[in-house]
Amino acid sequence: MLGALIIVFREVLEAGIIVGILLAVTRGVPRRGLWIAGGVAAGVAGAGLLAIFAEQISNALAGVGQELFNAGVLAVAVVMLAWHNIWMARHGREMAAHMKEVGDAAAKGSRSLAAVAIVVAVAVLREGSEIVLFLYGLTISGDSTNSGLLVGGLIGLLLGCGVTALTFFGLVKIPARYLFGVTTVLITFLAAGLAAQSVAFLQQAGIATAWEGTVWDTSWILSDRSLLGRVLHTLVGYSDQPSGMQLAVYGLTLITIFGLTKALRPSYPAKPRAMVEQSL
Amino acid sequence: MKASASKGFVIGFGAAAIGLFALVASIAGIAPAAAEDAAVVRLAIKDHRFQPAEARAPAGKPITIEIRNLDPTPAEFESKTMRVEKVVAGGGAITVQIRPLPAGRYRFFDDYHEDTTEGFLVVQ
Repeated sequence: MLGALIIVFREVLEAGIIVGILLAVTRGVPRRGLWIAGGVAAGVAGAGLLAIFAEQISNALAGVGQELFNAGVLAVAVVMLAWHNIWMARHGREMAAHMKEVGDAAAKGSRSLAAVAIVVAVAVLREGSEIVLFLYGLTISGDSTNSGLLVGGLIGLLLGCGVTALTFFGLVKIPARYLFGVTTVLITFLAAGLAAQSVAFLQQAGIATAWEGTVWDTSWILSDRSLLGRVLHTLVGYSDQPSGMQLAVYGLTLITIFGLTKALRPSYPAKPRAMVEQSL
Repeated sequence: MKASASKGFVIGFGAAAIGLFALVASIAGIAPAAAEDAAVVRLAIKDHRFQPAEARAPAGKPITIEIRNLDPTPAEFESKTMRVEKVVAGGGAITVQIRPLPAGRYRFFDDYHEDTTEGFLVVQ
């Protein structure tokens, strides 16, 4: 039972942190609950489908279907996070100024919410399919201890959801005027970590073949399979044995998103703009 | 009108997602099958154990590992040092391509049953 609890908790952890951050990021945006719940639901449904078709996906595309699927899904999440960050940099201030005037903010918020919902769906999809496969394995293996394992799995699931709540409440404790800056940085690192994971799957598929050597091995200090290692893996993309290509992609993603967020940030002060819009 | 604008965005995202995946898939189409001179290692999973639990492969050559899952339950073939992570359906089989490795002892396991499934690839 404890084993099942740990395995399921471990898988939910990653998706839970991502969902918690995105809940904090979209705080105050109308209808965000619907979008995020929709993302979770889509992810769960997708995870079920993914589990059913695991073998077909594996065998597709000359046997590297699974790798390409993972790489593609992660790449989509990176693009969505980047887009969200850049969009928020452009419109975040005016949105904050308008937050109480529901009409405009709702319309504007929804655009970014679509990206957020996709990232949530992708995170739940990836981790969820592992859980579905694991629990499915338990239910058909015919052991007498199955019910205990399932209970363990469910407790693990609940604990994982607790992580989402902790992340969310931890972040919303930050004063609103700093929250935006903190989440921008968080999301950028999140995206860079996902990009590095994506390229790892491309390497596994034999598509990205340059710089495959391991750059360092810090598994003796902090294994990325340990709990803290996994949290850091999700938050900042920590890997205890990264390849050169992973590091390059990680750095490039960081620079690109930070650069674009900065370059596309409106240079005029926010207040006059808000006043102009109100007078229109 | 606002609703249709946000709908347009959702459709745009969907298209972007599909486009990205198509791009990745097309790269796969171009990628050469590098398995020509690869050493082949065959493994089976039965009762959540690897058979054989220790396999051998030459150093400095690409390695193809074929894993057949004889259990009805799914497994995830994983190795940190070989940098592999791949699901094998119950009763299914997968192939993984490993980059040329320096000599050493590489651990692999089933991520769903790490306590019982452990195996090593001895590269020399």
